[in-house]
Amino acid sequence: MSQQVNTRVEDTSPVVGSSLWQDAWQRLKKNKLAMLGVVILLIIILVSTFGPLLSSYSYDQINLDRNSEPPSWEHWFGTDQLGRDILVRTLVGGRISLMVGIIATAVSFVIGVTYGAISGYFGGYIDELMMRIVDIIYSLPYLFLVIVLLAFFTKSIFMLFFILGGVSWLTMARIVRGQVLSIKNQEFIEAARAVGVETPMIIFRHVIPNTLGPVIVYTTLTIPSAMLSEAFLSFLGLGVQPPLASWGTMVNDGVEAIAVYPWQLIFPGLLMAVTLFSLNFLGDGLRDALDPQMRKD
Amino acid sequence: MSTNIILSVRNLQTYFYGDGSVVKAVDGVSFELKKGETLGIVGESGSGKSVTSLSILRLIAYPPGKIIGGEVVFDNKDLMKLSESEIRRIRGKRIAMIFQDPMTSLNPFMTIGAQLKEITELHEGLSSSQARKKAIEMLELVGISDASRRIDDYPHQFSGGMRQRVMIAMALSCKPELLIADEPTTALDVTIQAQILELIKGLKEKIGTSVILITHDLGIVAGMTDHIAVMYAGKIVEYAPTEELFSTPHHPYTKGLLKSVPDPMTDQKQLFQIPGLPPDLSRLPKGCPFSPRCSNVKAECQEFPPIKQINANHYSACWLEN
Amino acid sequence: MLKLIIRRLLGMIPVLFIIITLTFFLIRLAPGNPFANDKAFPEEVIQALNKQYGLDKPLHIQYFNYITELAKGNLGPSTRYAGKTVNEMIAEHLPTSLALGLIAYGFALILGVSIGIISSLRQNSSLDYLSMAIAMFGISIPSFVLGPLLVIVFSLTLFWLPPARWGEPKHLILPALTLSAIYIAYIARLTRSGMLEVLRADYIRTARAKGLTESVVVLRHALRGGIIPVVSFTGPALTFLLAGTIVVEKIFVIPGLGRIFIEAANSRDYFVVMGLTLFVSILLVIMNLLVDIVIGLLDPRISYK
Repeated sequence: MSQQVNTRVEDTSPVVGSSLWQDAWQRLKKNKLAMLGVVILLIIILVSTFGPLLSSYSYDQINLDRNSEPPSWEHWFGTDQLGRDILVRTLVGGRISLMVGIIATAVSFVIGVTYGAISGYFGGYIDELMMRIVDIIYSLPYLFLVIVLLAFFTKSIFMLFFILGGVSWLTMARIVRGQVLSIKNQEFIEAARAVGVETPMIIFRHVIPNTLGPVIVYTTLTIPSAMLSEAFLSFLGLGVQPPLASWGTMVNDGVEAIAVYPWQLIFPGLLMAVTLFSLNFLGDGLRDALDPQMRKD
Repeated sequence: MSTNIILSVRNLQTYFYGDGSVVKAVDGVSFELKKGETLGIVGESGSGKSVTSLSILRLIAYPPGKIIGGEVVFDNKDLMKLSESEIRRIRGKRIAMIFQDPMTSLNPFMTIGAQLKEITELHEGLSSSQARKKAIEMLELVGISDASRRIDDYPHQFSGGMRQRVMIAMALSCKPELLIADEPTTALDVTIQAQILELIKGLKEKIGTSVILITHDLGIVAGMTDHIAVMYAGKIVEYAPTEELFSTPHHPYTKGLLKSVPDPMTDQKQLFQIPGLPPDLSRLPKGCPFSPRCSNVKAECQEFPPIKQINANHYSACWLEN
Repeated sequence: MLKLIIRRLLGMIPVLFIIITLTFFLIRLAPGNPFANDKAFPEEVIQALNKQYGLDKPLHIQYFNYITELAKGNLGPSTRYAGKTVNEMIAEHLPTSLALGLIAYGFALILGVSIGIISSLRQNSSLDYLSMAIAMFGISIPSFVLGPLLVIVFSLTLFWLPPARWGEPKHLILPALTLSAIYIAYIARLTRSGMLEVLRADYIRTARAKGLTESVVVLRHALRGGIIPVVSFTGPALTFLLAGTIVVEKIFVIPGLGRIFIEAANSRDYFVVMGLTLFVSILLVIMNLLVDIVIGLLDPRISYK
């Protein structure tokens, strides 16, 4: 090489380095709608966790003398057809809805990440077989199967966690597999293998952490979709069973008396919409922040 | 002003705005082009040569880019002042463009026939069947064999060189007075490059078009152009007749460029490289933008060098004495 | 193209077979019986009914019988509505659900694509932000909340449209709007991002350099590539659309297939549940095939070899 080549390169001012996560956080902070989503979510989580403790009513306290009352000082959101306080029920229902969303997502996360990582890491026949299975499951009318499952078997809330988690891992598996495929041939993985690190160790310590960006984004977007599915099933009477309430069951109860007691539907319905709205905005914001290439502009 | 001049660009400025910074991609570019001549614009990537050519037809997307000043006089009209519909009547008809990457510059969803036809239907008012005849004629002219059959093919069914021929056929359909070729051969194989350049040269004579040829490769402009403008960091740093630029370059950057063209005649052991990196246009040094890489830096270089006339046709923006 | 269609149709046979087998055993292994729910029936009657519907035979024989009947195109009888076959029930209720679904999706396509194009052309304008915020709202609001809200506004407050009636075309408006809201939103977002990507492409610059007007550039050159994501979305959308009809039919008391399905699932109407699941699966596979064909027509680079 010519001597001249290396002169003066140091004159170009250095680019300030920052990690992927710091960068992402900076971008997320700039996204007003996503930050609004975070704030609303925090408020909803706090209020639905602690709110019911402060109320003198409980979610299953029936008072038939005071059924279907409009909102008042005593019952801010009014009462339902059994005289139960709608505010407390909405908050307790929020707990259930959020819990279903989070647990079902966790289930789908564990299955999807493991499945995708194994498929992508081993490649070849194993990958082909595993992905073919995913393709077949994809082509099933899964919501109909879920309905059949819930209608024919038990309608417990645990069933809901697993069924909803069990049907939403497919996309996660595909995302992880794609990421793993592109990462596994990079040099640092070769290096780990060369020094004799065991395969599961490589997968969990090296491969998975490097697939996190898209996985986090997809996880955030799975929570609202699981919540939506729960509400959908509860609305059809197949999800959460009385006396327990979720937003879906409350809307279902409210629909019957919509002409006379609209508040029975409006409060839980709107709260649910606001929550999903916030989660979706947060998910969108995270996608823009974590994966600039995936940006939708 | 001589009527012999077809295009006159004066103090053109095109800036790009993003995340609080301004990139002065083209910053005060001026040049003239005589009727029937070919001008080469040469520079590294990011020197502003492509932005200059896009600015002439106002094809800069806003945001992020914006033409903030200057004149582009074509046929006694300042193109910058025309209405949208007036400039559209010039685009494709009187000034046509060929782009760098023929793989992506043709619409993959439309047959090449449809893409060729729409330009003559629009500007010449041809009927669909006339336009088809014209399209086949143009394809034959650029050397596509079996044109009447291939006209219904899609771009992906053509090779890169063939696609660039299609682009040329499209650009020349309306016999434009000016053809702007933006790196027309960069994406092609070396053997194809020569064919495409010969084709442009031949058709230029035939149709009588003036040409602006933009490239980063001095070897390409040598046999093609009458004048050469060398661009660096958004400015023209040297302008001269082709032969003179090659024989007596003035600006240190031009000299560096010329030295980095491999010459099989001399027994070079290693290739020359201009030291340093192309400048970051959002953080230009004070004064002469080339000074950080220049081997003849002087105290004056802290100031921006004015463009100096060296002789009748030769200009250079450098503090160096002859 | 014909080869592709034949190969895909043959390819769907194993998938459908898996679905049939899975649903069959899932349903039969579940506790309960179509007649055991009705406590009014004495034990002998239940046994007689089981015998009548062939439910007294060993499971593998029943499975074999079902497949044999299926091969003849016979989906079996309803255990809930005596004397009715599943084929008759589908024929009777399908037109309703189909009309609802098609109108809703047509609605969604027209509105969604238009909103998406306008948003992409005015990227980062307040109009763009507003439509995308509304789109996000459309994605976030569940249909069973939106439907009742629309009823409250348009039927109970403004008295413009009747709630929960069926028969006249205007009775379709609120249900179709409820069903399509989320797809309008999705399609608008997909169109916008698809168009933004295409509008940045080199060939769009070429089209502008030819002097074409902006509307020709957008509609002739950009739209074709820009709406491919929307077309791909149609396959998965159908799954959710079908599920959506269940909800909408419940809210607006519409006699469609969705309601039949839920009723059947809750009353263990074996053959109806099986028949409808199978029917929906076939519909899905055919729809996905259609989507692939349309994409093949839109994008000449895709060849089926």
